[in-house]
Amino acid sequence: MTASTAPQDAVRRRSAARRLLRDPQAVITASVLLLIVVLGLLAPVLTSHDPNHASLDHIDAGAGTDGYPLGGDRSGRDIWARLLHSINTSTVSALIGASIALVIGVSAGLVGGYHDRLRSLTEWVFSLVMTFPGLLLLIVLMPLTGGDFRTTMAIFGVLLSPGVYRITRNQVLGVKNELFVDAARVSGLSDRRILVRHVLPAVRGPVIIATAFLCGSSIGVQSGLAFLGVGPATTPSFGAMISEGFHNLYLSPLQFVWPSLVLGALTSCLVLFGNALRDALEGSRRRPAGIPAPKAPAATGAAPAGLLAVEDLTIAYPTPSGELKEVVSGVSLVLEPGETLGLVGESGSGKTQTAFAVLGVLPSEAVVVRGSIRLDGRELLGLKESELRGLRGRAIAYVPQEPMSNLDPSFTVGAQLVEGVRAASGASRGEARRRVLALLERVGIPDPERAFRSRPHEISGGMAQRVLIAGAVACRPALLIADEPTTALDVTVQAEILDLLRDLREEMDMAVLLVTHDFGVVADVCDRVAVMRTGEIVETGTAEKIFGGAEHDYTRMLLDSILDENTVRGDAPVAADEPLGRTTTW
Amino acid sequence: MVTAPLLDVNGLRVSFPGRGRRSRPVEVLHGVDLAVGAGEAHGLVGESGSGKTTIGRAVLGLVEAGGGTIRFGGRDVTRLAGRVGRALAREIQVVFQDPYSSLNPSLTVGDILSEPLVVQGAAPAAARERVRDLLDRVGLPADAAERLPREFSGGQRQRVAIARALAPEPRLIVCDEPVSALDLSTQARVLDLLRDVQRRTGVAYLFISHDLAVVRHMCHRVSVIHRGDIVETGPAGPVTSAPRHPYTRRLMLASPVADPAAQAERRAARRRLAEAERTGTV
Repeated sequence: MTASTAPQDAVRRRSAARRLLRDPQAVITASVLLLIVVLGLLAPVLTSHDPNHASLDHIDAGAGTDGYPLGGDRSGRDIWARLLHSINTSTVSALIGASIALVIGVSAGLVGGYHDRLRSLTEWVFSLVMTFPGLLLLIVLMPLTGGDFRTTMAIFGVLLSPGVYRITRNQVLGVKNELFVDAARVSGLSDRRILVRHVLPAVRGPVIIATAFLCGSSIGVQSGLAFLGVGPATTPSFGAMISEGFHNLYLSPLQFVWPSLVLGALTSCLVLFGNALRDALEGSRRRPAGIPAPKAPAATGAAPAGLLAVEDLTIAYPTPSGELKEVVSGVSLVLEPGETLGLVGESGSGKTQTAFAVLGVLPSEAVVVRGSIRLDGRELLGLKESELRGLRGRAIAYVPQEPMSNLDPSFTVGAQLVEGVRAASGASRGEARRRVLALLERVGIPDPERAFRSRPHEISGGMAQRVLIAGAVACRPALLIADEPTTALDVTVQAEILDLLRDLREEMDMAVLLVTHDFGVVADVCDRVAVMRTGEIVETGTAEKIFGGAEHDYTRMLLDSILDENTVRGDAPVAADEPLGRTTTW
Repeated sequence: MVTAPLLDVNGLRVSFPGRGRRSRPVEVLHGVDLAVGAGEAHGLVGESGSGKTTIGRAVLGLVEAGGGTIRFGGRDVTRLAGRVGRALAREIQVVFQDPYSSLNPSLTVGDILSEPLVVQGAAPAAARERVRDLLDRVGLPADAAERLPREFSGGQRQRVAIARALAPEPRLIVCDEPVSALDLSTQARVLDLLRDVQRRTGVAYLFISHDLAVVRHMCHRVSVIHRGDIVETGPAGPVTSAPRHPYTRRLMLASPVADPAAQAERRAARRRLAEAERTGTV
């Protein structure tokens, strides 16, 4: 689990129960399961016959015979009574098997995942358990267990535990490096408390899902063993009933149908419920992205000149209540050829959404309510994905914030760049390779041949950003959109990357739309600045005007928040040996 | 009489196991010396991979020191574990960079704040009272205790993290890039809060950051770390504005100023320095 998904997990878990209740699959399967279990519990009320009581009068009696609603089997036992008691056997099997697997698997997984030193031991033990041939072992151990299905299920629980162990261990490994676990350690909490209070909740979801499947396999194995005739014949079980029904298949086929039906319903409902549980807890997959088209044209009239003209752009997202919430409201901006415009704002101001709209890569949920985006006079909104693809890379190029996550780790840097150049220009392989090597040299990579052969993990973050810039400018785009291109980099690297962007812009006469939150970066490279707040542009002007005499209060507030050269801490340290009157106790 | 500093790090070495089975451990700190006085805000500036975060984690006991000593309040705390280590925990606290992953998403703010208190033996009623007091001190409403971290913005979460650090009344708080994930205007307010807390309680800060401007604003003294070595230490003003070491100078000239004219000058100065370094005249 990465840092950014952690808070969303809590949101998901909160609504998981509600989502489960809305899922018909979950509701139906859970009701069927509940009904079957309750029938089993009510067995003493629903039938007066002992499941093992054989009555010679009722051998192979038909359904509906007095006191025998489903008839008798070939030993004259009440099928209805046996069915109800078999449910109880299955329930107990599921409870024993699953709970033993959970207790062993979860506790060993917590310990093994959290303590690096104990992990090699737990891994070894559970790998050993996994090598046992399960069913065979249970049969071989039959003399030892005395045939009691409860003992057999307890052993089966041990055999199931490696699966639970592995799920738990993986979850713990993911969560134990989260900062809140570090913070708990710094707070002086004991390991046991950290495990129970901070680590266990993160493990909960996947283990709950696994439990449904553990119950299913316990019931299956118990019935399977009984079907094979392993264990005492006095234990009522679906397996034993099916086996007997099998012998009587031609005489009275219904004897075979009843236990099969209930067993089938039981196990399939468990599996389906487990699946519904997973969907509710982990969420279903996102739909693939599409291209949003505007609902209404721009409110203003004549098309302004300029390379890029964004007019009255309004983007909204649907809220859970079904209404649309605007994240960009009526944004207009113009970018002349060869000009650098800084789009500045704090998080949530809509600056990245605006840039994504120009690139045509808004998420599928996004709705472009109205507006227009023209590149060289051509309307971009409403273009088909294939038409946009023709523009991207050739007319518009993009430099992202996280250079590393925008390179595919399984291909060399050179292969990725060559692919991009060939897709955008249709050059031959050799020609594309020559161009890529020249570009890598141009963006200041010391040994282009070597960088060409490297995989992304072998180069630094600054180098990766140079590679992406090389890819972006490969086809001399008219417009380069850079979304916080240096935020993830060190300041010394940032300065070099900004130098590179400035040089390339002059060399290629590109327009640059630079999305950033950093006024230092703006002062370094931008000709003009547009300041955004909560989806609106509050002020636009030349860099000199914005920095020299901003008119809008919000711009001035932002500029005042900058810690400049003159803000040095003046006050001396407050000497307080025992703060707040507490004495040190060790 | 010269009083010993509150935190005294001497010749600290830390190594991490290398990748792969046979690779050698990689040493990330090569004998670091650092002293933080009581009530002082000591900045630790460096770029990614310089080892600045590792120093903080070693002081917190989250990574093991391979060599050297860490003394706190006159006592050697380099290798403390178990009960004694947990007693130390009240004295040294932490505020992490990422306000999202540093708060457990499934606990309420009240639980997050009272947990360390209850573990240290506070009665539930006293802990609740203290939580109210802490929330008030960091400028959060009292009803924040009943809410979950996700209901708060980044700046507010960082206030919760500061309140959690203040809960056991520590003498030192390690602040690891506490404002670099925050917006500009929020950043200024959180820094003001940290300064205000320091003035009122006399807690010392080991303030780790990559941003010279933030450190200049926040700290009394600064150490600059480069590839596992401290290259320059001194009062914050001179070190961040008129540095002596070439690395610090490079760092300063690379940080952009929010003024186009001044930034153009700084850029020219940076290029001159780079040129001079290349031709070997420095």
